[in-house]
Amino acid sequence: MITPGRAPEAERLPQRQVALIDLLDRLLSGGVVLTGDVVLSIADIDLVRISLRALIVSISEQNPSPWTRTNPPRGGDHDG
Amino acid sequence: MSDLLTYAYAVVRNAEGLREATAPLRGVAESPVSLLTDTGDDQLGLAVSHVPGQDFQEDALKQHLEDLEWLEAVARAHHGVIEALGERTTVLPLRLATVYLDDNRAREVLEAGRTMFAGRLARLSEHVEWGVKIYVESSAALAEPTVPAADLTPGRAYLRNRRQQQSVRDTVYQAAQKAAERVEAAGRRHASDRVRHRVQQGLLADAAGAVGENVVNDAYLVPLKRCDGFLADVAHAADGLDGVRVEATGPWAPYSFAMPLDESGGAAAAEGAPP
Repeated sequence: MITPGRAPEAERLPQRQVALIDLLDRLLSGGVVLTGDVVLSIADIDLVRISLRALIVSISEQNPSPWTRTNPPRGGDHDG
Repeated sequence: MSDLLTYAYAVVRNAEGLREATAPLRGVAESPVSLLTDTGDDQLGLAVSHVPGQDFQEDALKQHLEDLEWLEAVARAHHGVIEALGERTTVLPLRLATVYLDDNRAREVLEAGRTMFAGRLARLSEHVEWGVKIYVESSAALAEPTVPAADLTPGRAYLRNRRQQQSVRDTVYQAAQKAAERVEAAGRRHASDRVRHRVQQGLLADAAGAVGENVVNDAYLVPLKRCDGFLADVAHAADGLDGVRVEATGPWAPYSFAMPLDESGGAAAAEGAPP
């Protein structure tokens, strides 16, 4: 039986690295948002989205083809 | 201000041996991770490490966040700490790059939020997150090669071709819809909650080896005991559906469920329709 999250070290070892995009989905839109000291931390959700958009846009400018269709990331809710 | 800042990874439910288990961990910038505990009853812990101030000040952080290599290194370090803690106890992950001036400030935040943290940890106890993504193969790949009919002008042949492609495309989206309904049914059967993420596009999606178009990108909060059942149902969600692929990722720490329901979108979000 699989026991997710609690698998013994041996079974997990040749662990495939998680895809960065799956990780960023979670780290940039999930997690508890606490107000940090350092001015912003990423507690400021808008900033995160702006930064993420900038990230994606700057990548796509070098290689525009993947972006020819459908909607770019929006500043609004991520559950649409 | 000191040169080091306190980077906070997660609030955890304190457990026997947790402090010792935390000691060997290395976090962002290879910094040793430690556990700050609640001065009151010691039930909660905040995993932190000390990071270089110059990288996490507002301006530097803004720039760094647009530097994919930097972002990836921090994201993987953050994730590594949370994964390791998650093997020992219930973890409430914090948003990437939550930074405090020093440990005392971080401890104050832990104590001020004690009730809220305890409540959320209780909800996440014995649960993991699974990602479920649904892809449709590109219509070009699906369109059957059409033999040009002798009686059609090139213009008409082109239009007929386009119509056929459109029809294949519609069929594939309907199939994806069906798969999405099956996944949602699996969620209702086994999961405690669901959050929808934005569909994945662009170079990062390509870099992950994604084939086809991502039309659903959801996260489910599943009790440990129900994981086998959930995954088995998800594995069959695309059965008999041509051109549709369903992928599960995980188990993840409950990143997508760390926010309260009304802020995360929660299970209520209803429409499961691919575009």
